[in-house]
Parts: sequence; C-alpha cells; structure tokens
Amino acid sequence: MLLFTLQKAGSPEDAIAAAQAGARYIAGGTTLIDLMREEVERPERLVDINALPLKDIRVEGEDLVFGALARMSEIAAHPDVLRLQPLVAESLIEGASPQLRNMASIGGNLLQRVRCPYFRMHDAACNKRQPGSGCTALDGLNGGHAILGTSEQCVATHPSDVAVAFVALDATMRVRGPDGERSFPVEELFRLPGDTPHLEHTLLPGELILEVRVPGGAHARQARYLKVRDRASYEFALVSAAAALEIEDGVIRTVRIACGGVGTKPWRMRACEQALIGRPPDRANLEAAAKLALEGTRPLAHNHYKIELLPRTIARALEMAGELA
Amino acid sequence: MSDTAQSFPTRVDISLTVNGEPVDARVDVSRHLVDFLRLDLGLTGAHAGCEHGVCGACTLQVDGEIVRGCLMLAAQLDGAEVWTVEGLTETGALADLQAAFVERNALQCGFCTPGMLFAAADILAQGGQPSRVAIREHISGNYCRCTGYEAVVDAIETVAGARARGEEVSA
Ligand SMILES: Cc1cc2nc3c(=O)[nH]c(=O)nc-3n(C[C@H](O)[C@H](O)[C@H](O)COP(=O)(O)OP(=O)(O)OC[C@H]3O[C@@H](n4cnc5c(N)ncnc54)[C@H](O)[C@@H]3O)c2cc1C
Ligand code: SF4
Ligand code: FES
Ligand code: FES
Repeated sequence: MLLFTLQKAGSPEDAIAAAQAGARYIAGGTTLIDLMREEVERPERLVDINALPLKDIRVEGEDLVFGALARMSEIAAHPDVLRLQPLVAESLIEGASPQLRNMASIGGNLLQRVRCPYFRMHDAACNKRQPGSGCTALDGLNGGHAILGTSEQCVATHPSDVAVAFVALDATMRVRGPDGERSFPVEELFRLPGDTPHLEHTLLPGELILEVRVPGGAHARQARYLKVRDRASYEFALVSAAAALEIEDGVIRTVRIACGGVGTKPWRMRACEQALIGRPPDRANLEAAAKLALEGTRPLAHNHYKIELLPRTIARALEMAGELA
Repeated sequence: MSDTAQSFPTRVDISLTVNGEPVDARVDVSRHLVDFLRLDLGLTGAHAGCEHGVCGACTLQVDGEIVRGCLMLAAQLDGAEVWTVEGLTETGALADLQAAFVERNALQCGFCTPGMLFAAADILAQGGQPSRVAIREHISGNYCRCTGYEAVVDAIETVAGARARGEEVSA
C-alpha cells in the first residue's frame, strides 16, 4: 500500500470540507482498502465517515429510507424492510458473505468498483484504471462482461446487486456537497463508459451520499431478486433480475424490472415492463416480454450465453414475484 | 507540524480492548487490523490469506460482529472491542465447537479454522437448529482447501443440536 493519511469526520460538514481538501471518504472499506492494497486506488488522504449520524433505517409512510452508513446486514435483517421491500433484503442477502455484509455500507455499495480482472492487473491495459491504455477484456477473457451499454473503451459490468433492486424500485438518493443538497434517482448515479470509462458516477467533487429512499407500494411488497451465478452463494452475478409486480383482477397493473450482470450499469428493462401492463402474468406473456430485453445487446466472444440467459432470468424472476401473491 | 499535517496524520494513537484486555498503541494509518494483531500484538490466530476480503481466513469479531481483519485499518478501531480466537479459546466460548471440529475432522491444515470458528459461532449465536443449507450459506465466505466442507457442516450441526438440547460442553 502507498502512504496515506487518515482523518475522522465528526459531522457531514467536516467530511465535506476534508473531501474538498482532497480526501476520499471511507465507510466499510471493503472496496477501497482492497483496491488501495492493489494500488489501483491511490488516495493520499482518507476521511473516515463512520461516526456520522447516517446509520438509521426508517419508514416514512410506505417508503423506506436508508442512511448511507447503514450496513448491508442491518438492512437485510430489518423487519420493516422484509415486510415492505423484500426485494431489497433479498438482493442484499444474495451478495457477498456475512462478514462483508456486516462491514459494507449502502452508500459504499453503490460506488463499489468493477470486478473485471484486468482492472486489478497492472500489467494489463485497462482504460478504467489508466485512461487511454486500452481494454484487455475486449479481446480477452470476457465471459463475465456486459452485453448492454458497452463501448470500445470498456465492457465491464456494474457489480452491485442492491443497485439493481434500487433501480427497479425507482429509488432516489440525497447527497450533500460544498454547494448544498440535491436528490436524484439512483438510476442517474451511474454513467455509461463511453469514451471516459474512468468516470463511473455523477457525484460532484466532495459530494457525500446521505441517504437512499425506496418508494413502497403493492408492487414493492410482491418483488423478488433472482441471481444466477457460477455457484449458489458468495459469487457475483452472471445475470440477475429484480422483478416487482402488482396484479389486479388477473392482469398486471404495475411491473418493474431491472437486471444486473448484463449492463455497464444496473439496467432498467422498460420495454419489457410496457409489454406486460394489462396482460395476465402467464408464462407465454412473461417470456414474450422478457425477450424485449435483448434489444440493443452486443455480445462479446465469450458471453453469448447471456443472450439466452437474460430473458430466461427475467421471466423466472417475474414468475417468482407472481408466486408471492 | 503544519495544520494540514495535524488534521491528516499518518500515525494515530488508538485505545481499544483486545480479548478483554485494554491496549494502547500508536499505529501507522496503513496498518491493517490483521497485521496489527499478528505483528504488533503477537496474536497470530487470525490468519492473513488472500488479503482481499475473499477467503475469510482473517475473520474475527469487532464490536460483537464478525468482520474481515484484512479490510479494516487498525487506526479506525479506537474504542473498539476486538476478539480473536485466542481470547475466545481462553474464555471457553468456543470449547464445544472446537471439540466438535476435532471430533469430526473438520480441520486438516487448520489455516481456515480460526476464521471458520468465528463464522460458525456467529450462526450458532442466532440459536435454534439451522439447516445444513443455512450453515453452508453462513460459512460461504470462508474458504477451506482441505476438508471439502462436509465435516465442517457436520460439526456445526452437531453443536447446534447439542446447544439446543441444553447439553453440557464436552471439551
Ligand atoms: C469478496 C467480496 C465479495 C463481494 N460480493 C458482492 C456481491 O456479491 N454483491 C454486491 O453487491 N457486492 C459485493 N461485494 C462488494 C461490497 O458490497 C462492497 O465492497 C461494499 O458494499 C462497499 O461498501 P463499503 O462501505 O465497504 O465502501 P468503501 O470501500 O468504504 O467505499 C467504496 C467507495 O464509496 C465511497 N463512499 C463510501 N461511502 C460514501 C458516501 N456516504 N458518500 C460518498 N462516497 C462514499 C468511497 O469513497 C469509495 O470510493 C463484495 C466485496 C468483496 C470484497
Ligand atoms: S472492461 Fe473496463 S475494466 Fe475491464 S479491462 Fe476493459 S477498460 Fe478495464
Ligand atoms: S485474508 Fe482477509 S479475507 Fe482473505
Ligand atoms: S483445514 Fe486446511 S484450509 Fe481448511
């Protein structure tokens, strides 16, 4: 690890001031410390934000609000989350391991970095690690990489599971920076790689995530997360789908679908959603709608299997959500 | 020292308890918890394996929760309560589990064992009789390259059963 300094922030104002002076926020450290060891991340200053009062999990009407420092394990086990947002809990439980979930914060989770192996290999070209150096994955081992939102510069998937649930459920986030607070949809946090794959999110310099708000409703209570991976637990997704359904009089009234493991950011499947409104949730309808997820996909040499797996995962996740009724 | 150097120190003083004993130390901010325990305090129970959060060999307890010792900085632990396998061996909290691990051959080389014991103790602390699937899920973040896990799951299952029946520890 390279040398760095560490400061503890006592208030959000302290933290933001430190960030303005060049410090990086550290919460659970499960992404940052790992990548600092690899010298992929090289911050010279860290500001520890764990003492900030951003840990609460609260219910407001049917909405759930998570402080940025709430831990994955706390949210996943919270009775109100299980009752109102089972999809959020399931997406968290399906990620990482108990020890990591105890450490990892929800704010840090959204800003975790890609799991493309070349990103960590200093002797391999990687535009994300070193802009302009090239992308080894394009012609390399790209079986785990994205089929949506890719560019000639980068094809890595966004690895977060809970971000997929948040994008499906129209969650919003509140952040505070040197110029005050703002709120925006979690979906707008993520950038496509385009020509600047080293820029991954839309936070302004110094902005601190304060909280994430997930709107509730009938569809949010009837929602599941299906994560398909190489082994049954403790692995990142090959393809995952978050599906939320509200069925009334035998037809779908509300539906939300987002997928992980396929996009360079968590991918909302709006065409699939539109095709399902007003239809009965039978297998034929679900399968037909799920196929619409393939529009615009661009498989690489080793990830063609995702073309088959993506619609199947969506259809099955919708079925699982339907079975909750 | 300039103002900036003071507010962004590279060494910090920490006071914490390790295995119930108070410890005061001045540490480099880059000192990982597992290295602090092993190299500075001589507590070699928590192992350093992958040092990337993947293998679980460094699993230990901080403020009542199991965590990865390789992904925490000692400097962040001022005021914390840390337990390693040495401490929990001394208190006897793990005695029945340790006996069951030996009985069932749930360890061979033993590299994963301290971390595995913490993951096992964590699911046992939830009480009741967890299913084998739930046990496997709970230890999924702890790699073992020797046993094939079956014996580890057996050992945990046995202890859960014994504890649920209120049987005495047979250490
Ligand atoms: C072995 C392993 C397996 C994993 N498996 C999964 C998995 O299956 N699914 C999954 O979703 N994730 C998985 N993860 C990733 C894990 O969930 C993330 O590392 C974790 O959520 C990051 O949170 P943190 O608090 O530790 O972040 P940190 O490492 O502390 O920070 C990460 C980034 O976020 C920034 N940051 C943190 N908090 C804030 C804030 N409030 N405001 C602004 N910026 C902030 C930091 O500056 C840093 O850039 C895995 C990780 C490991 C090590
Ligand atoms: S896919 Fe992205 S992260 Fe992976 S090598 Fe290419 S540029 Fe780097
Ligand atoms: S050494 Fe910490 S998880 Fe491997
Ligand atoms: S006993 Fe050797 S790694 Fe588990």
